[in-house]
Amino acid sequence: MYEKNGEKYFVVDSHMHFWKAGPDNWVPGAEQYAKGWIECFHAYMSLAPKETHWPIEKFMSYTEDDLMKDVFEDGHVDVAIFQPTYLKEWYTEGFNTTERNANLGEKHPGMFVLNTRFDPRDGDAGLEELRANVERYGSRGVKLYTAEWNAGSRGYKLTDPAAYRYLERAQELGIKNIHVHKGPTIWPLDKDAFDVSDVDHAATDFPELNFIVEHVGLPRIEDFCFMATQEPNVYAGLSVVIGGLMHARPRFFAKVMGELLFWVGEDKMTFGSDYGIWEPKWQVEGFVDWEFPDSDEFADYPRLGIEGKKKILGLNAAKLYDLKVPDELQLKDAEPAAQDDAKLVTQ
Amino acid sequence: MTAVAGEKSRVLTALDTVRDPELDEPITTLGFVSTCVVSAAGDVVVRLRLPTYFCAPNFAFLMVADAYDVVAALPGVRGVDVALEDHFASAQINAGVAARAGFAASFTGEAAGELDELRRTFVTKAMLAGTDQVCRPLRAAGADPARLATMTLGDVPASAERERLLRRRAELGLRTDPSAPLLVDPGTGSPITGAEATRHLGLARVTRTGIEANTGICRGMLRHRYAEAGVGEEE
Repeated sequence: MYEKNGEKYFVVDSHMHFWKAGPDNWVPGAEQYAKGWIECFHAYMSLAPKETHWPIEKFMSYTEDDLMKDVFEDGHVDVAIFQPTYLKEWYTEGFNTTERNANLGEKHPGMFVLNTRFDPRDGDAGLEELRANVERYGSRGVKLYTAEWNAGSRGYKLTDPAAYRYLERAQELGIKNIHVHKGPTIWPLDKDAFDVSDVDHAATDFPELNFIVEHVGLPRIEDFCFMATQEPNVYAGLSVVIGGLMHARPRFFAKVMGELLFWVGEDKMTFGSDYGIWEPKWQVEGFVDWEFPDSDEFADYPRLGIEGKKKILGLNAAKLYDLKVPDELQLKDAEPAAQDDAKLVTQ
Repeated sequence: MTAVAGEKSRVLTALDTVRDPELDEPITTLGFVSTCVVSAAGDVVVRLRLPTYFCAPNFAFLMVADAYDVVAALPGVRGVDVALEDHFASAQINAGVAARAGFAASFTGEAAGELDELRRTFVTKAMLAGTDQVCRPLRAAGADPARLATMTLGDVPASAERERLLRRRAELGLRTDPSAPLLVDPGTGSPITGAEATRHLGLARVTRTGIEANTGICRGMLRHRYAEAGVGEEE
């Protein structure tokens, strides 16, 4: 919970990680990819305020104690949602697996939501693994990284028949929320890997599922916004938007927020810190303090008030995951909207 | 010495015409050129670098191939050595470009075709973003969307933004003459009329915002990755 000027904010960090990325976990022969991946993540950290930067050694191997302090003690977060990313072709034990997250989460009941993941290229064994994970960890959401390398394949689309088979199975198992993260590779490699039109199709064909597009489709914000106006079950995951732009590029941050408020709306935007890339403390505090710069350039955008910030920081995600929010942290008059009562943003 | 320096500036001017297709900015000003050396005999060595090890390989290929082509086309150039450094697909990209093999042959089994369609998709985005750049000052001066839908290119005062928009329209095969409509569909070239104008301008604005935000992130990542400024880099 974060309190500022007498207002109390229930904070759900809907996109965070507990990875293991040091050299002891690099797959022999794939060291350059494992190293390249974590160095790329570390470069993102450079977009945060300087006093929150970590040396690469800590960044590769932060501890349970680091996480609990940064996210909960200092970071104002009430509930954190683990989003696993496996990358087992590069990291021997996986980069950030469901099991690793759960080992930590199970020590702190009520503080974490344990999402799992699937990879549609894993066949029947993958479906069985998904079932086992949902059963064991009670997962209500999955994180999908479409650019993951898998046995010679450089990625997939949500519209692949195998992906639909997995989405159907996930829905049967009680999964509600699909967090989609695009990356630089896919088959075929001559197409734009960041294109979000496959999410558009899947969202239409699976209306009972919610699709949270992480990093708001960056670097394809425009495609994402256009899709989100048409699909009531598509949400904007703000990880990277706040972490990568709010401090480093405040004017672009304001423009991106303006576009998201215009096209997507405050009922369908969710905060995520992307920890350990960025600590949540400065993001939560900065976002509560944030307002549009006083300039004509931003005059046309919808305003964001305290209620909207409360929704984005936690109440929207709480609704997606049926999290219990203390009465004093609810909005006074309204409930945050979910897909059943969201209004399409139209012009 | 002076002759070689002149040659280098000629090569850099050629590299200024090579754009990052996603960011729609020259690779020089973005800081992507780490080395540009020209020998007295006319051998050119260019090294390119990107903000991350995992930048999308299709865009990377386009930039390396375009850089190779503009340098090779310069009169008096004897040898061309253009290569991308510090990237997961450097070896495939550099070998493919040096052999002028095309994208599909450079990524056997991973690609279904060449990159023309991808390039066109991003010129389309650049054209939309350019429409916002040109229309923003007009709107500030009082022209509403309905008014903009009646304007022609000839009605727009000369500016760098207007020139840039004309170039992107030309690349897409769209009209650029003074009597051509200011607002056109980037795919068909049809004029945008009446009530469609608001939506079109909204798309143009969000497209520009997306490109600018990406550019901001890419510049920040590059600065973290490399301490030294690139050859010809500008903020």
